[in-house]
Amino acid sequence: MAESTQDLAETRTEVAKRSDRETTTAGSVARGRRITPGRILSLVLLLIGALVFLFPFWYMVVGAFQLKPDPTVAGAFPDPSTLTVDNFIAINERLNLLVTLRNSLIFTLGVIVSTLVLGLLAGYALAVLNFRGRGAVFGIVLLSLILPFQLLMIPLFVMIVRTYGLADTFLGMILPFAVNATAVFIFRQFFLAVPQSLFDAARVDGAGELRILLRVAVPIARPAILTAVLVTFIGPWNEFLWPFLITKQANLQPLAVALANFISTVAGSTANPVGAILAGATVLAIPVVVLFLVFQRYFQASDLGAGVKG
Amino acid sequence: MNQQTTTAALAATANRQPLKKRVFGEHPIGYAFVGPYFLFWLALFAFPLVFAVYIAFHDYFFAAPGAVVERPFVGFENFATVLADPVAQRAALNVVIFVVINVPLTVLLGLVLAAALNQALPLRAFFRASYFVPYVAASVALIAVWLWMFSRDGIVNQVLGPLAPNPSWLVNRFWAMPIIALFATWKQLGFYVLLYLAAMQNIPHELYEAAEIDGAGTLQRFRSVTVPGVRQTTTLVVIVAFIVGANFFTEPYLLTGGGGPNGASMSPVLLMYQKGIEQGNAGIGAAIGVMLAALVMISSAVIYRVQGRD
Repeated sequence: MAESTQDLAETRTEVAKRSDRETTTAGSVARGRRITPGRILSLVLLLIGALVFLFPFWYMVVGAFQLKPDPTVAGAFPDPSTLTVDNFIAINERLNLLVTLRNSLIFTLGVIVSTLVLGLLAGYALAVLNFRGRGAVFGIVLLSLILPFQLLMIPLFVMIVRTYGLADTFLGMILPFAVNATAVFIFRQFFLAVPQSLFDAARVDGAGELRILLRVAVPIARPAILTAVLVTFIGPWNEFLWPFLITKQANLQPLAVALANFISTVAGSTANPVGAILAGATVLAIPVVVLFLVFQRYFQASDLGAGVKG
Repeated sequence: MNQQTTTAALAATANRQPLKKRVFGEHPIGYAFVGPYFLFWLALFAFPLVFAVYIAFHDYFFAAPGAVVERPFVGFENFATVLADPVAQRAALNVVIFVVINVPLTVLLGLVLAAALNQALPLRAFFRASYFVPYVAASVALIAVWLWMFSRDGIVNQVLGPLAPNPSWLVNRFWAMPIIALFATWKQLGFYVLLYLAAMQNIPHELYEAAEIDGAGTLQRFRSVTVPGVRQTTTLVVIVAFIVGANFFTEPYLLTGGGGPNGASMSPVLLMYQKGIEQGNAGIGAAIGVMLAALVMISSAVIYRVQGRD
């Protein structure tokens, strides 16, 4: 198992090298401009794929703006004059979007802050500092990557809810996500690639390690920090299982939990408020999708794989 | 100064290093840097891991707060109870169904789409982004759309007309699990496409040129250069897809209304939640978790052995 995680770490470095590869194959790119049946077939395939991937999003947004979503095929392409924001008002009355969005944001920011503090310290130490047992600590980080969160669900629930009474608190929500191996990986990888002479120079100047981390390492690590923030953002923002387990009070639930509870409450009832549900889904999904589209180049597939829990 | 004297001087310095440095390494402050992460890891990973095993071997149930109750050691009783439970057996079967649908589809579509993307084509950035969008969006939001699309009068049945299954997809004993597997495949595929794409860009271009000179067509080059070239990634994809398949929760909870119809889409993690948290029988829940984790670890190791070696 540890080996497969090693693969994941290696894939990450390979992804980093990809941009180099893309320039070296520039020759073949130029030659590939011919229109061949293979290229047309590829394009058709990719277009069908994109349609399959994107249609549900289109359908979600369209449904969210229709007062009575129309399930027929024509309903997927409605007359723009019939669109309305009433569904957003309706879902806001049921879920209080401002409060649930605030909860999602506190949960997410709490995880991001703890991830950055713990991850930068550990990542810097694992890459730059020389101390006995460094390999063992790295092994520990690897181990927490491969074990599914679900195994820890029951003991964490017992500890956090029953023993420490942290049900319905943000602290209880955030704690299990603070151990974020992905961020440690991202920072370790980044600092390994930085010339060590940079840190040595600061040491010669008499700076302590914490000072070097804050004044030298963190400023140059900005791209890695951005990647870690983006990758970390997705996890808690989308997370359903853990906050669902530990929040019973509606005014502390993140949007994903509140929306899921709304869906299961109204499921089966005759007055199924599809439009309102889709409006809630749109509000939940859009921030992450927009973040991803804006900061696309900071996302690496291999970073994300490990970043998403449950 | 020649090479030899430098080495000798360095060796002398090393010998003169204080005992502290020889025991703990050059930067003992590294311990302070990894310390916070390590403490969190102990409290929120290592301890719960051991605790999970402890709970699984005891008659551990939730009592009223403050009540002193006995939770005797029961050996493998919890495991035996789970294994004899027809609902748990169905959940295990569902993991198999999930994996049998999800893994081949993921590998096949991932390979084909990545190969199509791995050439100079118009709209390449658009395709990459659109494949990735379902992966970054919240499951809860996406399930909301699928609920609507696959409902009785939903757009899928409107298109199918008389071919629509009865009862409809999500309440159909036969179709509930395949729909869950399809949903997961659709949601995750973009991640695997990017993993494959990164691996394909590391295949030396000379291999393709050599194959072309030997008269290999597009399809043959795909089969004899691309597929073997990304073999390691395929191993990783199969393992990750398997782990995801063993841990699905939100889909049966929300998409098929709590593992419905009548337990047909029950999953191990959903059962763990129902037994361990809803019904307060943590011993049973933890036993499911331990078995699931053991299954995932052993299967991953087997997949790695069988597929990872050449």
